[in-house]
Amino acid sequence: MIASLRRAGRQYKKHRILLLLLVPALVWYGLFYYAPLYGIQLAFKDYRIIDGIAGSPWVGLEHFRRMFSGTNDFPEILRNTVIISLYHLLFGFPAPIALALLFQEIRFKRFRRIVQSVSYLPHFLSWVVLAGLITVFLSPSRGVVNYALQGIGLDPIYFLGEKAYFRFTLIASDVWKEVGWGTVVYLAAIAGIDPHLYEAARVDGAGRWKMIVRITLPGILPVIVILFILRVGHVLDGGFDQVLNLYNPAVYEVGDIIDTYVYRVGINQMQYGFTTAVGLFKNAVGFALLVTVNWIVKRLGQEGLF
Amino acid sequence: MRIRPTAEEKWFQAVAILIVGLLSLSILYPFVHLISVSFSTPTEAIRPGFHLYPREISLEAYRKTFDSRQIWIGFGNTAFRTAVGTALSLLFMALTAYPLSKRDLPHRTFYTMVFLFTMFFQGGLIPTYLLVKQLGLLDSRLVFLVAPPFLISTFSLLIMRNFFASIPAELEDAARIDGAGDLRTLFSIVLPLSKPILATVGLWSAVGHWNSWFDGMLYIQDSSKMLLQTYLRRLVVENRDQDVQALMDQMIGVQDVIPETVKAAALIVTVVPIVALYPFLQKYFVQGVMIGSLKG
Repeated sequence: MIASLRRAGRQYKKHRILLLLLVPALVWYGLFYYAPLYGIQLAFKDYRIIDGIAGSPWVGLEHFRRMFSGTNDFPEILRNTVIISLYHLLFGFPAPIALALLFQEIRFKRFRRIVQSVSYLPHFLSWVVLAGLITVFLSPSRGVVNYALQGIGLDPIYFLGEKAYFRFTLIASDVWKEVGWGTVVYLAAIAGIDPHLYEAARVDGAGRWKMIVRITLPGILPVIVILFILRVGHVLDGGFDQVLNLYNPAVYEVGDIIDTYVYRVGINQMQYGFTTAVGLFKNAVGFALLVTVNWIVKRLGQEGLF
Repeated sequence: MRIRPTAEEKWFQAVAILIVGLLSLSILYPFVHLISVSFSTPTEAIRPGFHLYPREISLEAYRKTFDSRQIWIGFGNTAFRTAVGTALSLLFMALTAYPLSKRDLPHRTFYTMVFLFTMFFQGGLIPTYLLVKQLGLLDSRLVFLVAPPFLISTFSLLIMRNFFASIPAELEDAARIDGAGDLRTLFSIVLPLSKPILATVGLWSAVGHWNSWFDGMLYIQDSSKMLLQTYLRRLVVENRDQDVQALMDQMIGVQDVIPETVKAAALIVTVVPIVALYPFLQKYFVQGVMIGSLKG
């Protein structure tokens, strides 16, 4: 025991400069990531500003009981979050794979480079900018999309203000923003496939479709599986930036997600205790999911996050 | 020998070109439209239909935009946090990633776990907000530089650590034999060899700062500290809510408080720096994905 302590001491002395370099980051993480953990106790307290975090009275599981008591919006918010997130998974996940395969088919190198560059662009812009742009384009009175719909004899649709269309608008605009950028990782994986496989398949008379199904897709399957599993770990993230910039009171019923709800009710209505509990619920489920998927990824023989 | 494409291959080509062509148009057209509207007269701007070029040219929208004090304030605050925030991030992350890249650092796994844990579990919005308030950082520009997720991104930190670890040890050993200490070795050997990763991580940070708006809305009330994107949000997003309200009140055709041309000009002005640096950004972002996907 003492010998090992002495050895550790010698190690620490030898690496003292390197260890000293870690100190600023440890202090910063301690302050901004670990200190807020102390505030989680608010999830079990009735927060009163004068009493502060420590002095406010305990209420046990009261906030959690309220979440599921049916007397507030939480069940609806949870359902919205999961539904929107599953739609993202269903449409947003396969889209870049399909697009990467399409890029791969294009023989005109210069055209391909240009369309790839263009498709990455929206990824670099904020949801504030894109929400401004989308609002202009989807406006029911003078937006181009509705102009085109009316041109082919359809009624204008208020995409951002009608409950029936709001989720569709969220998913479609997110696919549009991220589909191009999402191809990068798949194109890298496709580039890693042995070109001899394609030559051999060609000699055997395989067509393009067969090569995609038999060579390309199996070749990138490990990447697909890993990205899919990691994404499942974020099923309670519905896309805070996007929703907060696109939604409005008319569509709260279908569009409000956990993160926007915590912001709206917590910060704007100052219900700190209750929304800390809602946030804790989300983070705890998220933590369990991430640890599980990380374990699965490791079982599959891939390098996990830890 | 050039192999002649089969009928199936030609068909695939055509479908691929059609789909990616339409996607590209759907991305390019909105910008053409906005530029065109921003240079139009207010009456031309609200004409329904496609806007490929301004039929009646007016520079009024840009004059109004650049005359507004608030947009310059926003621009200044955002430029400040982008420049200073990115420099600070790179410094903090390099100083932290270097010791973590050393295999013989005592308790290396423990320290790595301290950082890594925060990717899995966090206090959440309300506790973090209360902490920032407690620290007296509300309405202070310092919050832009030090509040998470800025300053240190755990993901970037790990990518940087992996890159440092892949630098051959012999290069560092040579410097040590010449009498250089840890800091000297980091700054004169390791960092010059790490330019690609520093560029990638630095640009991630810079784009994140430029696009940030939520912390400017959450922590800042003072309009002299407003960010560009937070101001833009007020202009194009919160102003829309008034439209929504009006529509719900069955008052279709209500007069906008802010003309469409000014909104378009403000959007264009915000996007221009990103587009100007785009070839650069794209190169290093793509490189980042490659490094990230190879090293897990």
